Amino acid sequence: MTALVDLAYLVAAVFFIVGLKRLSSPATARNGNLLAALGMLIAIAVTLLDQRIIGFGGIFAGLVLGSLAGAVLARTIKMTAMPQMVALLNGFGGAASVLVAGAEFLRLSEVGGSTIDVAVSVQFSILVGAVTFSGSLVAFGKLQELVSGQPVTYPLQKPLNALLLLAILTTAGYLIVTDPGSAATGVLSGVFGSGVLTPLVVLVLLSLVLGVLSVIPIGGADMPVVISLLNSYSGIAAASTGFVIDNDGLIISGALVGASGLILTQIMCKAMNRSLSNVLFGAFGATASGGGQAGLEASGGGGTVRQVSAEDAAIVLAYAREAVIVPGYGLAVSQAQHAVRELANQLESRGVNVRYAIHPVAGRMPGHMNVLLAEADVPYDQLWEMDRINPDFEHVDVVLVIGANDVVNPAARNNKSSPIYGMPILDVDRAQQVIVMKRSMNFGFAGIDNELFYNTNTSMLFGDAKASLNKLIAEVKEA
Amino acid sequence: MLETLIGEIVIFVLAVFVGFEVITKVPPTLHTPLMSGSNAISGITVIGAMVVAGEGHSGLGAVLGILAVAFAMTNIVGGFMVTDRMLQMFRKEKDGPRK
Repeated sequence: MTALVDLAYLVAAVFFIVGLKRLSSPATARNGNLLAALGMLIAIAVTLLDQRIIGFGGIFAGLVLGSLAGAVLARTIKMTAMPQMVALLNGFGGAASVLVAGAEFLRLSEVGGSTIDVAVSVQFSILVGAVTFSGSLVAFGKLQELVSGQPVTYPLQKPLNALLLLAILTTAGYLIVTDPGSAATGVLSGVFGSGVLTPLVVLVLLSLVLGVLSVIPIGGADMPVVISLLNSYSGIAAASTGFVIDNDGLIISGALVGASGLILTQIMCKAMNRSLSNVLFGAFGATASGGGQAGLEASGGGGTVRQVSAEDAAIVLAYAREAVIVPGYGLAVSQAQHAVRELANQLESRGVNVRYAIHPVAGRMPGHMNVLLAEADVPYDQLWEMDRINPDFEHVDVVLVIGANDVVNPAARNNKSSPIYGMPILDVDRAQQVIVMKRSMNFGFAGIDNELFYNTNTSMLFGDAKASLNKLIAEVKEA
Repeated sequence: MLETLIGEIVIFVLAVFVGFEVITKVPPTLHTPLMSGSNAISGITVIGAMVVAGEGHSGLGAVLGILAVAFAMTNIVGGFMVTDRMLQMFRKEKDGPRK
């Protein structure tokens, strides 16, 4: 029976792998996701056969509760809020790991018989799970704008975190060497008293604090990296739970997710030309106030900007042959994806070839723009990746930049003193004309001015993205 | 006991490599569904949670177990469903290829 159950877990893991493999193309992706879900169903079903399980009431209560919560979340969430959703789910995965490890630890301390490897796995699981949980909640808060999206810095950030980590390791070490069930030993027993509950709670609390302190200094624009990293953590947490309960299915699945998150983290860092440690500790943009008309006032280095009316912009667009739309986070903020699609439809019906250029870090998580545009029924073959579209820009008549800033800043290419120097960008400045839709002259996330706005072939269309797009649509109809 | 641990570490490391191989082939356009989908997969912790919740603990252990099942299940159902919701929106150009 046990062998059969273990084999079923292997089958589930294979389903996960094949499912992820089918994500290599949008055509097979949906099927792959269903396959992975089927694998999960198998895993859950055979677990019910586990001989250790003697009561089903609690299990079913948990299953029903979780399913309901998950279904409601999945159905009601707006596509623009997908980063928050993923952050929250990452956190839940971490929480589950902490709880399982904690319960397992309590059981082992009751019955005894814990070995060093299990003890280490338990503590590790608690640490990673708790950091994932609280870190994800902070990320969720930042994305949902419950907490300031600005990097929050505090003095002695690194020493404080190091100290915290040291305290965590000490507590975990204490829990490992203390033979559960017997009287507490060692120096720390004076601190924690007898029993294991107090140090366990202390360990959880310290880990939670570490999670909060690690994410709080990271600014909103760096969220794609943080979510990817937390995604990876949630996988590692699942794998460590596998070590705790000696289950290969969990270890394989957790490793897959851990690898996935790590790859995405790498891609995001590369797309911002930053190292992971720079993202985690750099508090990028902390000095940026991004206030008011700062850009205009600081125009000494840039020159003047040309404003354009919706009417004139519409004419430029309507009589272009090749148009490229560059969507950024501003598009998501004003929920303008449908308006973009409508404008593109109008232009296409006039014979304009419309494409979309997607920067890897556009939006608040990897691939966020693609999902928003897919929601607005934009075919995915019209979405062009940065490396593929960059050589084409010189042949493009007009580029419409919607709520993107740093990812089109030519300073990344030609200003060595710029903080974003070296970051791969969309070379929109090489197009014949650029129309930038923006709410104001506020700086981007990087907190720096954008020389693109002062170029002679650039004109600015100020206003909320959605409102401006609707004006453009109306004007294009008349043009 | 040590043999078990070594065996598990071997599995973990090999699975990480499989993960790298598979995930690097996912195109950027599907990175958001990849995250939410892999997120759902990390909900596999539910297996451990179910064992803990059903082992007949009294008091704290049982409560922790049930909570763990609920959290992991939210992760699974929420993750797979929202991934499906996203993926069904992805479509190719319907009016044929265009140059």
